[in-house]
Amino acid sequence: MMTTSTGRAARTPAVLVLEDGRSFRGRAYGAVGETFGEAVFNTGMTGYQETLTDPSYHRQVVVMTAPHIGNTGINDEDPESTRIWVAGYVVRDPARTPSNWRSVRTLDEELTAQGVVGISGVDTRALTRHLRERGAMRVGIFSGEAAAAGEATLLERVRSAPAMAGADLCGEVATKVPYVVPAQGTKRFTVAAVDLGIKGMTPQRMAERGIEVHVLPADARAEDVYAVEPDGVFFSNGPGDPATAEHPVALMREVLERGTPLFGICFGNQILGRALGFGTFKLKYGHRGVNQPVQERSSEGTWAGGKVEVTAHNHGFAVDAPLDAVSETPYGRAEVSHVCLNDDVVEGLRLLDRPAFSVQYHPEAAAGPHDAAYLFDRFVALMGGDPDHQHSTTQHMEGQRA
Amino acid sequence: MPKRTDIQSVLVIGSGPIVIGQAAEFDYSGTQACRVLKAEGLRVILVNSNPATIMTDPEIADATYVEPITPEFVEKIIAKERPDALLPTLGGQTALNTAIALNESGALAEYGVELIGANVEAINKGEDRDQFKDVVAAVRARTGHGESARSVICHSMEEVLAGVDGLGGYPVVVRPSFTMGGAGSGFAHDEEELRRIAGQGLTLSPTTEVLLEESILGWKEYELELMRDKHDNVVVVCSIENFDPMGVHTGDSITVAPAMTLTDREYQTLRDVGIAVIREVGVDTGGCNIQFAVDPADGRVVVIEMNPRVSRSSALASKATGFPIAKIAAKLAVGYTLDEIPNDITEQTPASFEPSLDYVVVKAPRFAFEKFPAADDTLTTTMKSVGEAMAIGRNFPEALNKALRSLEKKGSQFDFATPPGDKEALLAKAARPTDGRINTVMDAIRAGATQQEVFDSTKIDPWFTDQLFLINEIAEEVAAAPELSPQLLGEAKRYGFSDAQIAAVRSLREDVVREVRHALGIRPVYKTVDTCAAEFAARTPYFYSSYDEESEVAPREKPAVIILGSGPNRIGQGIEFDYSCVHASFALGEAGYETVMVNCNPETVSTDYDTSDRLYFEPLTLEDVLEIVHAERAAGPVAGVVVQLGGQTPLGLAQALKDNGVPIVGTSPEAINLAEERGAFGRVLEEAGLPAPKYGTAYSFEQAKVIAAEINYPVMVRPSYVLGGRGMEIVYDEPSLAGYLERHAGLISEHPVLIDRFLDDAIEIDVDALYDGRELYLGGVMEHIEEAGIHSGDSACALPPITLGGHDIKRLRASTEAIARGVGVRGLINIQFAMSGDILYVLEANPRASRTVPFTSKATAVPLAKAAARISLGSTIAELRQEGMLPAAGDGGDLPMDAPISVKEAVLPWTRFRDVQGRGVDTVLGPEMRSTGEVMGIDSVFGTSYAKSQAAAYGALPTKGRAFISVANRDKRSLIFPARELVAMGFELLATSGTAEVLKRNGLNATVVRKHSQGRGPDGEPTVVQLIHGGHVDLIVNTPWGTGGRLDGYDIRTAAVARAVPCLTTVQALAAAVQGIEALTRGEVGVRSLQEHAAHLTAARKSS
Repeated sequence: MMTTSTGRAARTPAVLVLEDGRSFRGRAYGAVGETFGEAVFNTGMTGYQETLTDPSYHRQVVVMTAPHIGNTGINDEDPESTRIWVAGYVVRDPARTPSNWRSVRTLDEELTAQGVVGISGVDTRALTRHLRERGAMRVGIFSGEAAAAGEATLLERVRSAPAMAGADLCGEVATKVPYVVPAQGTKRFTVAAVDLGIKGMTPQRMAERGIEVHVLPADARAEDVYAVEPDGVFFSNGPGDPATAEHPVALMREVLERGTPLFGICFGNQILGRALGFGTFKLKYGHRGVNQPVQERSSEGTWAGGKVEVTAHNHGFAVDAPLDAVSETPYGRAEVSHVCLNDDVVEGLRLLDRPAFSVQYHPEAAAGPHDAAYLFDRFVALMGGDPDHQHSTTQHMEGQRA
Repeated sequence: MPKRTDIQSVLVIGSGPIVIGQAAEFDYSGTQACRVLKAEGLRVILVNSNPATIMTDPEIADATYVEPITPEFVEKIIAKERPDALLPTLGGQTALNTAIALNESGALAEYGVELIGANVEAINKGEDRDQFKDVVAAVRARTGHGESARSVICHSMEEVLAGVDGLGGYPVVVRPSFTMGGAGSGFAHDEEELRRIAGQGLTLSPTTEVLLEESILGWKEYELELMRDKHDNVVVVCSIENFDPMGVHTGDSITVAPAMTLTDREYQTLRDVGIAVIREVGVDTGGCNIQFAVDPADGRVVVIEMNPRVSRSSALASKATGFPIAKIAAKLAVGYTLDEIPNDITEQTPASFEPSLDYVVVKAPRFAFEKFPAADDTLTTTMKSVGEAMAIGRNFPEALNKALRSLEKKGSQFDFATPPGDKEALLAKAARPTDGRINTVMDAIRAGATQQEVFDSTKIDPWFTDQLFLINEIAEEVAAAPELSPQLLGEAKRYGFSDAQIAAVRSLREDVVREVRHALGIRPVYKTVDTCAAEFAARTPYFYSSYDEESEVAPREKPAVIILGSGPNRIGQGIEFDYSCVHASFALGEAGYETVMVNCNPETVSTDYDTSDRLYFEPLTLEDVLEIVHAERAAGPVAGVVVQLGGQTPLGLAQALKDNGVPIVGTSPEAINLAEERGAFGRVLEEAGLPAPKYGTAYSFEQAKVIAAEINYPVMVRPSYVLGGRGMEIVYDEPSLAGYLERHAGLISEHPVLIDRFLDDAIEIDVDALYDGRELYLGGVMEHIEEAGIHSGDSACALPPITLGGHDIKRLRASTEAIARGVGVRGLINIQFAMSGDILYVLEANPRASRTVPFTSKATAVPLAKAAARISLGSTIAELRQEGMLPAAGDGGDLPMDAPISVKEAVLPWTRFRDVQGRGVDTVLGPEMRSTGEVMGIDSVFGTSYAKSQAAAYGALPTKGRAFISVANRDKRSLIFPARELVAMGFELLATSGTAEVLKRNGLNATVVRKHSQGRGPDGEPTVVQLIHGGHVDLIVNTPWGTGGRLDGYDIRTAAVARAVPCLTTVQALAAAVQGIEALTRGEVGVRSLQEHAAHLTAARKSS
């Protein structure tokens, strides 16, 4: 748990260059070299390990607003997938000596081992404010020899990197082969989970509730889904622009046609939106953090008086659907079930005539609060044929797992 | 769902006097709450006995009762005001206990008052150890996490002794139920300690109940601040991690927000458990604080306790996050839900979220052990600190270094210049938590200790100690560098090094480092506390400095006035000064200035982001203030800096600020110096023809001897330049003078020692006045109850003076004016006089707001601090009279004959301290100030006012029973009359043989009781100490013996403290108490709001 501090190690200069020309100087953190991606900021004060390994961060350079990162080191239990997905990592004050009884190595070592280029010592608050005002944009981090080129050259390279809008990425992060997460305890249901970049905690949360989860690749077809004889179908979170997700949208429409109970999270919510005929759009700077207030429509169907939950978010895109009206869709009536109180962004959808719902945020948490774990119970109730599924288990489940 | 419509009026109970464990934070919370409730259109009725609070300003509530916070008085207020609801969660344990008592007595039911913000069941579940264990067990069943430390509840010493075995032996923790700030709790390592601590705890607990607990010493300690609304929405406002591991009260620990060493999973476990606890306890609306211990070896979580109310930690969390817990708790109590309340800072987003911090907050406690030399300074689970400083930085080292320098205490900053000493000795020393342990740890690191060694000695988390190693490495680099390069200097600043620290390391002068730094363009930027880590734009300019890239100070048009606050509370400089600063901010804001507050005390109203236009949460050092002035000058015009309202802290900066070209408004630094420098002030007095007691300044013992002999004993000796009478003593002869100088070895070589004639039997008088260069406004004249020689801060006093006549006031006014003119005051001045025989001596003059300004302002219904601020910026007294801020005619010196009498009484922290043997510390008053706070009793006659002040400070005076009397020879003569009164009122007198003899000769029968030193008599007759402990004494009069023998009554007085029996240590106090008892006996003591008093006074002023 305690490693000896290595002293104030040699400092390799690094520079972060944004596509609008603003740059920040700092020191190399993790691997030395260069990297490109979309600059986004995450306001979580805990959970860097989960964030780094969340496939939804694929091709993004993540700026941590919390200044001290790496304090608890790296353990082998908390990753959300088998590798770090962020394209680059920006922190202010990386830890030298991690301290936690579960820690097995330092974050610096882990980033280096996985070749993730990072930068430390930058004014992350200034950078965050810049991104808030100007919007998420392309960025490059250059350290060591890569940083030696002039800023104009570096800027040119940033500007020639691909943008996030229009990017079809879930195929790059999803599993290539199906696998099964067995139910814990007595098996109650089978779920086919379409992996668009699924986080490890999601099947875990289902398994805890007696669900056997068959995780399928992003390009799974309806035959593959129904081959596992699912009681419900799940669409996961994932990276990229939902407007490019033609295959998952088509697949979901088939599931909706058949009326199989359906649950979507994050990217899965955007796909449900598109499947229902709503548009999706890119947010200026997205929601990334673990403190977002989301309100659920009350049982009277109004927003006022609806329960508020504090939730984990990681999304740069959102569904464009009316908050105060029921919409007619090819699959019957649909309504917005959850809304973010900070900015009125759609955070959840549900069908009123078919067993399908989704949320834009992360009820599986990891990192983040467990306020929304009830949604998994709701999925269970839906598969159990509970007719009043919409409000079947509003009792929050705190601490199903921690 | 909007606010409830069935509540039209609400009674808010404050927390009373500032005591250790319950301080200014409740003024901050209570003021916020009252304002919110008033803004919601409710009639707000407030009771708080503490005049030095903003919340008792007449405009904060509709009816403000400065009355004792006891069930009896609060019931009188309820009977008079008939409020619909009672909000008890904002006044600390005092308010909560009072509310529970009123509920149990049936008073609430009788008058149909609904408790809001917490229900009795929830309060009991949260506070009762046994019930709380059930809560934790239920939570574990639901969440799978959290447990209680193994423990046993005991109601007697037998149960206590039996309980230890069941817990696996010593050490064990003792915690009395229902006491505040952990009073009476502690670690027992053996039976002797256990008997002592548990005995004390059983006495202190109102339910005679203590909890014995397994030791979880050395575990990591955390706190969560939660809020819940009536829809069961719950948010965690803030997590706090203690730098000092379990074993040190959280109020005495260095604490850090947010938590630094938890993974998300562990944090979410605490969050889940916390939310489950608040639900299980049933806090329907409002805030609560939950404390956890986490085993560093395996993460086992123990839930230590919860407070179902706002607390010191919630005030800290509010300041640390920008999320105003008390304000929101008040809104929730009247029916709102979290999503209906906007986040003040962003204005666009709701309060139903959890703040995200992109900075680190460090709170450091400030102690006053130097005031209680006999007290054991080991930090335990009983809180002992008297104040705290908070600092914000972009990383932990920056925040920590800022916090340590905010403490303004010699040696509080890390010292990298002097040799650290022996590693092993330092590590051994660091194992015992004390004030300044972190400095010992740093010294151990400097002496070569390893991470493992530091951990083994202190159990401080290795992440924190690594940060100390990092700070030391930078200090070493700064020391070793051939020159101070821009990179290195910038690096040191990024880790919070002050210019002074860098100067010490480089053997340079501080101003040289600053010049170099400025020449290199290395200056701090100011970032905003915005609740959301920059995710949304902040509308509230709440700033902290950091050596980072981008500053967020916006340009402005209006001229700014920068008000320097008073820093961490300490004995001698407390909430009274914050009161004046806040008033200045209000008055100057109204007068059209942009007000800029600088302070580092998280407990205060001044550091509420709502108080001033801009808030800089920064240390009050020259460096930090100069940088703020620089930043504000860059933002717009600066009219000046106000230094005379925040006590000695800003006053001490005045000259240096001026020397650096900063405009000081009000009394000039030269004038300040004139009053403080003995010789110069002597000339002022001489010119005005005013006598001062004979004095001399000694630079050696020989000189001191000669001077003292010349002046005649007894003399008062003290170091020059002190506040609060630090190190001041009365010495009666040459050997005691030698003893004094020996005890304060090193003092005389650094600072001269002042020797004053001690005026035995003189009446001490305090005057607060305003002076604008032409006119004097005598704010108020306070006559001390105790004689001169007892520090004015510890003495009770009456306003208007009760024994001074018109002629005396005339002389006081003339003297005050002569001094104010001679010194060159523009604003407030406080002068202490002593009347001995018929001579009026000037003891000292302070050209600044004094401790008594809030008391004087409330007693006379005139806002003196507001007026002073305006005068500082050029207004005249005549103009302020015209405006109505000051009365059109007359002043505080010529109050109408039927003006109410206000009595101020000091509150002393005796119960908090024990010597190393665990015995109480002596309670005798002296020239060194030791009180932490004050109360005010106000009524139409002195006796009733005094009785109220006693009830508010210590508990009601007895109206019958046994009075024990034992006084020094010199007091025996003046004892006769009050003793006779006591007998007349039906008291039975007990006395020691000497005193009994005197009483007998004067026709008063007293039962002779055995002295403590005599021990039990042949037939088992108890000693007086045993009688006190047995509960057979209702009133104690014990004045200390003349020379050298000041400890004779020690056991009597400590027993009185332990049993909470009123104990008077001067005959003057006895005389006042007799008047009070008489008033109580005579009949009904009523209650009257400040607003009623003011209306009465204004009417009387007009008619006179």
